Amino acid sequence: MVKKETNSIHVPDAPHRPGDEPKFDEWSYKPEDLELLRIDCSVEDAEKHANGLVRVLNDNHEAKGEWDPKLNSDELILGLEHMLRMRIFDERMMKMQRTGKLSFYMRSFGEEAVAIAQTMALKNEDWLFPTYRQPGAQFVRGRDMVSMICHCIGNEEDNVKGRQMPVHYTFREGRYISVSSPVGTQFSQAVGVALASKYKQLDEVTITWIGDGASAEGDYHYALNFASIFKAPVILNVVNNQWAISTHSNFASKNQNFAIRGIPYGIPSVRVDGNDFLALYSVTKWARERAGKDLGPTHIEVLTYRAGAHSSSDDPSRYRPKDSNSFWPGGDPIERLKLHLIGKNDWSEKLHEELEHRIDAEVMEAYKEAVKFGDLANGPYPSSDAIFTEVYEEPPWHLLEQWDEMKRWRDE
Amino acid sequence: MPNMNMVQSVNSALDNMLERDSDIVIFGEDVGYFGGVFRTSDGLQEKHGKHRVFDSPLSEGGIAATAFGMGINGLRPVVEIQFADYIFPAYDQIVNEMAKVRHRSGGEFWCPVTIRTPAGGGIRGGHHHSQSPESQFTHTPGLKVVYCSTPFNSKGLLISAIEDNDPVIFFEPKRCYRGPFYGDPHNVPTWKDHPEAEVPESYFKIPLGEARLAIEGDDCTVIAWGAMVHVAEQAIKESGISCDLLDLQTLVPWDKDAIVKSIEKTGRCVVVHEAPKTSGFGAEMVASIQERCFYHLESPIERVTGWDTPFPHTTEWDYMPSPSRIAEAIQKTQEE
Repeated sequence: MVKKETNSIHVPDAPHRPGDEPKFDEWSYKPEDLELLRIDCSVEDAEKHANGLVRVLNDNHEAKGEWDPKLNSDELILGLEHMLRMRIFDERMMKMQRTGKLSFYMRSFGEEAVAIAQTMALKNEDWLFPTYRQPGAQFVRGRDMVSMICHCIGNEEDNVKGRQMPVHYTFREGRYISVSSPVGTQFSQAVGVALASKYKQLDEVTITWIGDGASAEGDYHYALNFASIFKAPVILNVVNNQWAISTHSNFASKNQNFAIRGIPYGIPSVRVDGNDFLALYSVTKWARERAGKDLGPTHIEVLTYRAGAHSSSDDPSRYRPKDSNSFWPGGDPIERLKLHLIGKNDWSEKLHEELEHRIDAEVMEAYKEAVKFGDLANGPYPSSDAIFTEVYEEPPWHLLEQWDEMKRWRDE
Repeated sequence: MPNMNMVQSVNSALDNMLERDSDIVIFGEDVGYFGGVFRTSDGLQEKHGKHRVFDSPLSEGGIAATAFGMGINGLRPVVEIQFADYIFPAYDQIVNEMAKVRHRSGGEFWCPVTIRTPAGGGIRGGHHHSQSPESQFTHTPGLKVVYCSTPFNSKGLLISAIEDNDPVIFFEPKRCYRGPFYGDPHNVPTWKDHPEAEVPESYFKIPLGEARLAIEGDDCTVIAWGAMVHVAEQAIKESGISCDLLDLQTLVPWDKDAIVKSIEKTGRCVVVHEAPKTSGFGAEMVASIQERCFYHLESPIERVTGWDTPFPHTTEWDYMPSPSRIAEAIQKTQEE
């Protein structure tokens, strides 16, 4: 056997690790760089947008360029309020987790704009097929916070009956489809949801999200191919928040551009600043119009940064520089929208503070309401009969037998 | 009643259901224009439209995922995985998603999908056109698992599977599409004149969860499913012993009452399947029978199965349970 003088397997390095100065490329993208695409644009027309970055807010927090969705201040303030609600809710829930009141938690910290701006850009009859990082969509669709907390505790009022980990919400009324832990599965399923709407000839669009890490799963590619082939009314978002737990996005994509992957599948694809509420809203509205006019799927890379830990079980200081999020060129989505509104004289620091206090009180109130239905330490929990129900529409005999056996041990 | 082979009976079930329920869509590899590599969807696209019966990309994971999404959004998809051997890219979607969505969503979403897939050996298909992976699905709560064996039961069971509001994996023994298989590769009859090939053209159902007593006897209970039902029938003849032959039909949930009743009568049992022995569904049968019927048993339960090896190509007749192997097992149960 002849050995070659060569390096062994090439394993990418993350751009920065603990102790390093966080390294991010400077952004040269300006809101004026990219023209608004026609909804019936060709795949080639979108190529520039896949390689560039759609932005609306400039460095001075002014709305500029053709992608400005021209939202009125009420709509923008509502968006700001939902994002703030998400952040404060997350902070409270994380504290609950740290004091043993929740078994586990996952925040949307730094990515609040994604689900909220995108859901606000849709119609209420559109289907949402989220990951665990888009719970904010539920606020847009009017979910009661008490019921969200009851789910996270897994108490008597948990609508999924203590069966799933916290943050794995189901909210059919808001067309928010059940979150599943295996990453990526929802992406290809969403194409089926969209095709069912199309088959029934309903004006419904499906939106789904996947992380940069999970885009390495087969489901991502199944989704792009099926969506393109069958011209599904679906909006396929890759939320590139740079990290899959400790694995940098350079393990999911060699060239570090996720948007461009849609082009060879024949899907118009754009990259958008995921911390720019206005840009996200605008791109999503455009994609929704495309789908609604039977022009097929849109593929969007939402460029953002996971500002916090992956979950309550994760400690990012072990694998990335502390406070790396404060170096992210896209800044913070809430801060940016706030400064934009203040710049337009539609908002003020004082109003912002008041809103924070109001939401904080709202969350505390909701938490107090929720624990009336049981806390994690003492319950009451959903009846363990729920282990056996809804496995099938009707429990078959072998489940009934085992259910009886469980009851004998439980109730004796 | 018309005489149908199993290709025609499956086709007839699909045709009836497309007619009855506009929420049904059928797709899979080659199932549309061409009508399927085994011809089970022949003519259905032309009759019911391209939007209802169509080809899919070669992507079992994508087929299952798309069916899942359609299922939770109000359709009733019936998809084909061309060979059961190729179902594994879809395994995550079936096991973690379809099987669990009703439960995980607190009953807010459910997935009434039927996955049809030709399975089993006897067509010189080698490793990857011959496997019978039923036990890889019977171990997943939330799924129903059906294995048909004749033109009559393939139609009646398939209609029940399609109408079921839970996901069903529907195995079709490909060796039996055009004729029952009695274990002799040199003498394969067609379904012509077989009583189980008399199949109504119109809609009818065989309930899931019920076994079929294919032969009635006194001294041994032989349990089989798929192509092995016919091989077992031949074995019973060769053994000269009076046997009940139970065609299980549905593996999950299996027919406890029929099995207990038969074993209480015969006191002896042979379980036959062509899948490998270790962790095969036969092991579940044997364990359950001893739990329920131990004091009625007169002799150890025998298992006749495929070997714990990959499925061979030209030597498949030494792999699959033969009438002689089964007959010997039946005789052995009579010794003690």
